[in-house]
Amino acid sequence: MTLDLSLLPDGGVPWLAASGEHADIVLSSRIRFARNVAGYAFTARARDGERLRVLSQVRDALPSVPSLAQAIVLRLDEMSVIERQLLHERHLVSKELAALDAGTEARSGAAVLVSQDAGVMINEEDHLRLQAFRSGFDLSGAFAAASRLDRELGAELPYAFHPEFGFLTSCPTNTGTGLRASVLIHLPGLVLTQEIGKVLQGLQQMGLTYRGLYGEGSEVIGNFFQISNQTTMGRAEEELTEHLARVVRRVIEQEEEARRVLLRDAGYIIEDKLWRAYGTLRHARSLPADEAMNLLSGVRLAVGLQLLSGLSVYTLNKLLIFSQTAHLSHDAGRMLTESEANLARARHIRQVLADEAGRAA
Amino acid sequence: MLCDQCKERDAVLNLTQIVENEVTQLHLCEKCAAERGIETTVSMPKHPLGDFLQAVQQQAAQMPGDAARCSYCGTSLRDFRASGRLGCAQCYGAFEQSLRDLLRRVHGAAKHVGRQYDVPNPQLLERDVQLGELRNRLQDAIQSEAFETAATLRDQIRTLE
Repeated sequence: MTLDLSLLPDGGVPWLAASGEHADIVLSSRIRFARNVAGYAFTARARDGERLRVLSQVRDALPSVPSLAQAIVLRLDEMSVIERQLLHERHLVSKELAALDAGTEARSGAAVLVSQDAGVMINEEDHLRLQAFRSGFDLSGAFAAASRLDRELGAELPYAFHPEFGFLTSCPTNTGTGLRASVLIHLPGLVLTQEIGKVLQGLQQMGLTYRGLYGEGSEVIGNFFQISNQTTMGRAEEELTEHLARVVRRVIEQEEEARRVLLRDAGYIIEDKLWRAYGTLRHARSLPADEAMNLLSGVRLAVGLQLLSGLSVYTLNKLLIFSQTAHLSHDAGRMLTESEANLARARHIRQVLADEAGRAA
Repeated sequence: MLCDQCKERDAVLNLTQIVENEVTQLHLCEKCAAERGIETTVSMPKHPLGDFLQAVQQQAAQMPGDAARCSYCGTSLRDFRASGRLGCAQCYGAFEQSLRDLLRRVHGAAKHVGRQYDVPNPQLLERDVQLGELRNRLQDAIQSEAFETAATLRDQIRTLE
C-alpha cells in the first residue's frame, strides 16, 4: 500500500492551522479516549484473527458513525517504515502503533482512521484510541468532538465496560474514563528565565504530567511540552478536562509574564539570539533535527514577541512537522541517511522561509 | 523499571522481603542483586544469605493470589505484575481485589464516576463473545491437527452466525 497523502483531509493535520486561542503558545489541544471492544482479548493478548476482526467490526460500523463518515482507513500493517514514521510525525499514530523501534513490525490489524475532525487508532495498546485535535488552546472543542465520536461508535460497537471500574483498558493507569486530555505548549520564556522547573513541579502536585513533543517516552526538545492529566478514575471526564484547562490557562499567563520579563531585562540579548536563529534557518546548509527544532523554537518566540514580522505561526507549525526525517525521506522516495536528511532539512526550511519572506515583501 | 539500588541499570529481579510482618518489595539489577548475594540465574546458592532470600522469594511466589489466572485469556496475576498490562476485560473480574488496591494507589480512587455506558444489543454481544471463543478453539484445533474437533467447532460457529 502506498500512502497517498493527498487523500488525507488537510494532510491529517488541520490542527496546525494556528487558528485557535493562544495559538502562538499552544500548538494544539487533544482529547483521546481509550476503548476496547468487548468479546476480544486486549491487543497484546489477541490473536491475529481477533485483531483483524476488531478492525473489520470498526469498518462495518463506519457508515453509522457520522463523525467518521469521511474517514479514510490506513493500514499500518501494509505500509513501509517511512510511511508509518510519517504518520507518527504528524501525530496521527503513536510510536507503538507505528512499530518504529528497530526490528519491530507493525502488528496485523494495526490501522488508523483519519477524518477532518477526529480519528481512531486501531489495535494500539487498546483496541481503539479515539482522538480529536484542535488548533490552539481549545480543549472544550476537542472534548466535544471526541465525545461525539465516542458516543456514536459506542452505539455501534460494544465497549468493554464495568459498572464499578468504568471503561476497561489494558493498562490500569487508563481505566475509568480512559481519557487523556493534553495540550502541546511552547514555553521558551519559562525555560529561558529558568522558571520551568518550578512550573513542572507544580503540575505534578496538581495531578498533571508532562512529556515531550511526541508523548510517552519522548524527550523535551525545542521547548515544546505536552501537558496532560495523570489520572483517569474518580473524576468525571468534563472535570478532568476542565482541571487541565484551568492549570494550562495559568501556565500561559506565567509564560507571557516570563516573556515580558525577558524583553524588559534582556531585550537586546534576546533580540540578537532570535535573529541569529532566524539567520541560521534562512542560510544553513545542513541542519540536524534537534538543532532545527531549537532554532524554530527561537523564531517562534520572536514571532510571539513581535520582533519578527512577515512570518506566520502556521508556517512555523508546518516546518516543525514537515521538516522531520520521514517527511523528507518520503519526498526523496527513499529513507535518507542522517547526513542526507540534514541537507534536505536545511534545503526545505530555506525554501519555505524564502518563499514566505518573498510573499511578505 | 530501574534498579532500586543503583538507579542506573534495568531491574531484572523482584525481591520480596518480610521483616517483622512488614513486606517490602525491591527491584534489583543483576549487579546489585549479586552484591546482596542473590543469584539471578537458577543455580545452587553459594551464600547462606542468598539461600535464605531465595527461599523467601519462592514462598512469596507461591502465595495463593499470585498464581491466579484469568480463565478467559490465561493471564496470571504474576504476568500482570511483570508487564503492567491486563490481558482482557475479564481480568478485571479475576483480579478484582488486587486491582481495587492498585487503582486506589494510582488514581486515588477505585470507582469510576464518569460517563456510564450501556452496551448496544447485549444478546448480540453474548453471541459475539461465544463466537470469539469458538473461533479461537477452532484455530487451536486446526493447529494441533484435531480435524474432527475442528469440524464440530465449525458447525457450531455456522449455527451461531
